[in-house]
Amino acid sequence: MIPPAFDYHRPESLDAALKLLGAHGDEARVLAGGHSLIPMMKLRMAEFAHLIDLQAIEDLRDIAVGDTIRIGAMTTQAELLDHAGLAEAAPILSEAAMQIADPQVRYMGTIGGNVANGDPGNDMPGLMQCLDATYTLAGPDGTRDVSARDFYEAAYMTAREDDEILVAISFPRHAPGYAYEKQKRKIGDYATAAAAVLIEAEGGKVKSASVAMTNLSDVPVYSEGAGAALLGTACDAAALDAAVIAMLGDIDPMEDNRGPVAFKQHVAGVILRRAIERAWKRA
Amino acid sequence: MSKMHLKLKVNGQEVETLAEPRELLIHVLREKLDITGPHIGCETSHCGACTVDMDGKSVKSCTVFAAQAQGAQITTIEGIANPEGMHVLQEMFREHHGLQCGFCTPGMITRAWRLLQENPNPTEEEVRFGMSGNLCRCTGYQNIVKAVLAAASEMNSAKEAAE
Repeated sequence: MIPPAFDYHRPESLDAALKLLGAHGDEARVLAGGHSLIPMMKLRMAEFAHLIDLQAIEDLRDIAVGDTIRIGAMTTQAELLDHAGLAEAAPILSEAAMQIADPQVRYMGTIGGNVANGDPGNDMPGLMQCLDATYTLAGPDGTRDVSARDFYEAAYMTAREDDEILVAISFPRHAPGYAYEKQKRKIGDYATAAAAVLIEAEGGKVKSASVAMTNLSDVPVYSEGAGAALLGTACDAAALDAAVIAMLGDIDPMEDNRGPVAFKQHVAGVILRRAIERAWKRA
Repeated sequence: MSKMHLKLKVNGQEVETLAEPRELLIHVLREKLDITGPHIGCETSHCGACTVDMDGKSVKSCTVFAAQAQGAQITTIEGIANPEGMHVLQEMFREHHGLQCGFCTPGMITRAWRLLQENPNPTEEEVRFGMSGNLCRCTGYQNIVKAVLAAASEMNSAKEAAE
C-alpha cells in the first residue's frame, strides 16, 4: 500500500508552516501524528502534493494548567496521559485518551489531529464539546478562536479554512462529576457509541450538566436537552430516562458495520446511562 | 517529488539512504536497509507486527513515512539482543512458549521492551493493556503475557542483585 507521491516539508516555526500552507493552498495538508491521514493516503482516498509536518514546531507542544487548561495541538495522546498536572486538573481527558486506539497509535496520534480532521469516529471532538472547549486557529492574518460546539459542519468538514492551522485547545477546569464511556468492538476500534458527561452537584441535586455523544452522527453531538433533563434532579431513573430520550432526539446514527440504526440507538442509551451514573457518583 | 537523503540511527549505527518521502518506514527498513526483523502483517496499523522503537516510542512503522523518521533513532528486534546473547525478554518468550508461528514476535518483543522501560513492574492487566496494539493470529496471548511478566521479574531481580 504505497500512498501517492508528495513533497515533504518540516518547518521549524509556525510562521514558516503558515507560509508553506499559504503558498500551496489546498494542494497542501499539515501532518501531525499521521494516524488518520496516512491510512487515508495509503487507501488513495486522500492525495496531497505537499505535506507539512508539524513535528519540529516546539511551540505546538506546550501544556499549561491553570484555571484554564491550554494544550498545544501537537501534544500526543501518550503525552496527555503522562502529564501529572492534566490528570489532576482534567481527569476526563485521561479517561477518554486511554480508550483511544492502542499504545503505538497513542504515541503518535495528537489531540490537534484528533479534533481537527473532522472524523466523526474520533473521541476528542465530542469530549471537547462537552467541555465547551475553544480551538485556536492560526492563519495568515493572525489567530482566531472557534468554539468546539461550532467547529464541526459535516464529516471531515470543519470551520477551519484551508490556510489555517489549529494550534491549541483550551477549556476551563471541569466539574468533579465526569465520565467518558465508550462502547467499541475491540481495542483500537472507533466507538459504536460513546458519551462524555460532566455533572456539578449542589445539595444532592444536579446544578449543571453537559452531555456530548461520539460517532452517532456525521458530527459530534452536544446534547443540550440531555444536560437540561438532569438539572435539579438527583439523577434518578426518571431523570436518566428523560436524558436518554432527549439525547436520542439529537443523534442521527447511520447503519454500518457496527450495526443497524436501532442497535446504535440502543447502545447510545446504555452508554449514556452508564456515563451519567458514573459522573453522578463522582460529583 | 524527488528522493530525500535520509539519515537515521538504526540499532546504534548511523545509516544513510535515498528514499521518496512517501515510502513507509517499514519498507525502508526491510528493503533498503535489509533489516527484516520487523514484519509486514496487516499494513493498516492494526496488527503491530511492524512495531519498532522510534525516539523512545513504540510505533507501527507501516504508518510512519520515511520522511517523518528523518534524524530519528530507531531500534528494531535486531538491536535488542546483547553481544552476550539474547535479551531476557527473548529468553522468557522461549522459556514460556510465548510464540507459536513467530510472525508477531519481533513486534511483540520490541513493544514489550519499551513497555518494561516505562513500567518495570507491571500487573498482568497493565501488560495486556500495554501490549494491546499487537495481535497474535495464533492467539497465544496467555504465554506472551506470562513471558513479559517473567521478563519483568527477571530484570528486576538482576537490578536488585546489581545494587
